[in-house]
Amino acid sequence: MKRKKHWYDYLWLWTMLYFILGFFNILFAWLGMIDFLLPLGLAVFGGSKWFCNHLCGRGQLCMKLGRDLKCSRNKPTPAWMYSKWFRYGFLVFFLAMFGNMLFQTWLVGSGADSLREAVKLFWTFRVPWGWAYTAGTVPDWAAQFSFGFYSLMLTSLLIGLIVMALYKPRTWCTFCPMGTMTQGICKLRRGH
Amino acid sequence: MASRRYAEVNQEVCVACGTCAFICPMEAADIPDGCWAEIDPAVCVGCGACAKACPAGCIDLVERAGGR
Repeated sequence: MKRKKHWYDYLWLWTMLYFILGFFNILFAWLGMIDFLLPLGLAVFGGSKWFCNHLCGRGQLCMKLGRDLKCSRNKPTPAWMYSKWFRYGFLVFFLAMFGNMLFQTWLVGSGADSLREAVKLFWTFRVPWGWAYTAGTVPDWAAQFSFGFYSLMLTSLLIGLIVMALYKPRTWCTFCPMGTMTQGICKLRRGH
Repeated sequence: MASRRYAEVNQEVCVACGTCAFICPMEAADIPDGCWAEIDPAVCVGCGACAKACPAGCIDLVERAGGR
């Protein structure tokens, strides 16, 4: 039985476009806020994870690469990876890193620190990314946020691709911080 | 003729990623309220494709009550 295709089945192209645009101009990183706010909005006001199962371009990209292009080993996800302690632990860690990124933005905005034109991968490795920004185009804090946010997005994509290759195409979804948050909201709203 | 087994979702573990709904050849899997997957036992043929694809390992094949 062939599934009927919808416009939102092609959102994996949006995910690819997002990272390509950010490679050439880091200010496009701000567009990633859609992927942060939309799932939360749909969960809070709609009480569902409709974003995860219909609109998540990252999940779709993992399916494309892992299933269609056979880049996944399709091995079972280790049980600890979808256990509650890991999911909530990763969420806390991720939110702490997000908070740190906002703090760095504030430091640059207040003049206490200078703009770093680099992307930090896995919260550790600083990769020069200066070609993607012309100094002075926007206030330094806005550029710093772009570099920080793009770092977060790229790091989570890479983690998603690594677990996709090692386990199942959408293994990332089992501990995705956005998914964990929207799951919590869903459960609260439905009294589970 | 109904199959001997059908797929059942552990909704406590399901992350509603939609893999089962995407993969199911019978369109028996769905996420009706958007929070977790459900599989219609009347439509499910027990092929196990969803259980094999589920990244959270939350789908099991169970015997139908009074199954053949």
